Amino acid sequence: MTTTTTAIKTRKPFDWARLWIYIVALTAIAVSVGPVAYIWIGGFRTTADINADPAGWPDPWSLDSYARVLTSERFWGSVFSSSLVAAGTTAGVVLLGVMAAFVIARYTFRGRGGLYALFAAGLMFPVTVAALPLSILLRDLGLHGTFLGLIIPQVAFALPTTIIILVPFLRAIPSELEEAASIDGASRIGFFWRIMLPLSGPGLITVGVLAFIASWNAYLLPLLLMAAGGMPQELWTLPLGVQQFSTQYSADTGAVLAYTSLSMIPALAFFLVAEKRIVGGLTGAVKG
Amino acid sequence: MTVTQAAPPLATAPETLEAPARRKRSTNSRKWLEIALFAGPALIVFVAFVILPVALAAVYSLYNWNGLGPLDRFIGIANYQRALSDPLFLQAIGNNITIVVASILVQGPLAIAVALLLNRRLRGRGIIRALIFVPYVLAEVIAGLSWKLLLSPRGGVNALLEAVGLEHLTRPWLADPDIALWVMFGILTWKYLGFAILLMLAGLQGVPQELHEAAAIDGANWWQTQWRITLPLLGPTIRIWIFLSMIGSLQLFDMVWVTTKGGPVGATNTMAVYMIQYGQGQYGYGSAIAVILFVISLAVALVYQRFAMRRDLAGAVTSGVR
Repeated sequence: MTTTTTAIKTRKPFDWARLWIYIVALTAIAVSVGPVAYIWIGGFRTTADINADPAGWPDPWSLDSYARVLTSERFWGSVFSSSLVAAGTTAGVVLLGVMAAFVIARYTFRGRGGLYALFAAGLMFPVTVAALPLSILLRDLGLHGTFLGLIIPQVAFALPTTIIILVPFLRAIPSELEEAASIDGASRIGFFWRIMLPLSGPGLITVGVLAFIASWNAYLLPLLLMAAGGMPQELWTLPLGVQQFSTQYSADTGAVLAYTSLSMIPALAFFLVAEKRIVGGLTGAVKG
Repeated sequence: MTVTQAAPPLATAPETLEAPARRKRSTNSRKWLEIALFAGPALIVFVAFVILPVALAAVYSLYNWNGLGPLDRFIGIANYQRALSDPLFLQAIGNNITIVVASILVQGPLAIAVALLLNRRLRGRGIIRALIFVPYVLAEVIAGLSWKLLLSPRGGVNALLEAVGLEHLTRPWLADPDIALWVMFGILTWKYLGFAILLMLAGLQGVPQELHEAAAIDGANWWQTQWRITLPLLGPTIRIWIFLSMIGSLQLFDMVWVTTKGGPVGATNTMAVYMIQYGQGQYGYGSAIAVILFVISLAVALVYQRFAMRRDLAGAVTSGVR
């Protein structure tokens, strides 16, 4: 007994804690990724195979379902629509957000605190509560069922987070820079475009990424403003499109699996590219 | 944009020495113009599409209105009375509360435990973090549809159970009223645990390593260190996660809508699902539901902020990301 312990000690002590950690990590990964993998792999099986054995391995691997989805117009229509809406929302919220945050961060005026509090209070106004009256409002404005009629409300609802993240960011830019700029004759607006915007790049990217993902994944507003507003089905955003496809073709399990897994790709790809920003934005925004 | 950028007057500095009083007034009005120009667009969009609809919901909720025609059938609080005496809606409120409580009691400790274990130098730590985060990145709709396929009577989960000889455990997961809400909670945990873990990991980064070393020197074991040092210092992160989780659970819609639409027999109904189910076409009634949902969320948020987050929130809202 003693000899074994000394033998182990002289080599490297086996770290049981480390083994446990890897077991926990692997379990967490398996649970997180397993269901996603099932959907992806299932897309490589034919519907007949899936019906015969829902948990089987693809044999043979069939590209038929993926090919059908990738050559269908509605899938690409949805990708186009989601991209357009997300890009429009991102551009709108970043532009409006940084302008408002600039005023709140760098101007002293009566009502500044109130303005900030108003936007911050927006966090307490969830989209769920506003959804029904919003659809009436957009109908009255003639924007129901249009891209703009989805982009504008999404911008509005993304403004609170954006401004809350950007204000401290803009405030942290040293005031010496502003003084230097004004000595060189730049107006405050000149300072904003030439110094503030370039320096706040990282903050803008963070809020942009958050707004893009929120828009890409949104469901309730597109459901009420797009689908109920009479936008043609081929132009529904992806979450709506996937839901519609899976109801309409529920018998064709292979195609539904393929459609669902292809719809995951954009968000996952975007996440891989912007992981640091997303994680930093989400954790930083709430943690401080 | 390029126009504003075009002409910065570069050589006007000496001018500032002349006529300071007049200049002050003109810079003052110029300042207000700039404020209006910069904050105006955001303010207009925000008020028109966030504040106004919520205010309209409060107005509509007092009418019997189908969304068409004039808003003239004022019925006072009848919509509220109807909602609060509908057992289906009361069940929906109960389901929301169940999910709020279960999330805090189950997801919180689980996330803290995993984060504590992962909070050290590990090979492949970046990959582990990224993979754990995958469910959170997926749209709730897509995650919901995936689970609907997995949990259908002839879906992957039952097939897997059969394959490993646990036939007696197979069941119609989302169609059995006795368990559907807990299955739903399981899906939500799958979807949102990664976010909680990441938040806790970020919070743990803020706990100074020196404290652990000091505790070790004083003879504290691993458990004592975590219990007496790490957890108290993680307090602000935990409290903010609880806040986010509560608000999210009260607003729950997408996941339920695509998997069960609130069924079977209302077992997984939530306030938001009920609102969309009964509110389209009955805008007065739907708006009353929206107002109830709003009041409950606001009350929970304010009470919680008042009693649990007094110290944390100031920092959270004002300091933001660096």
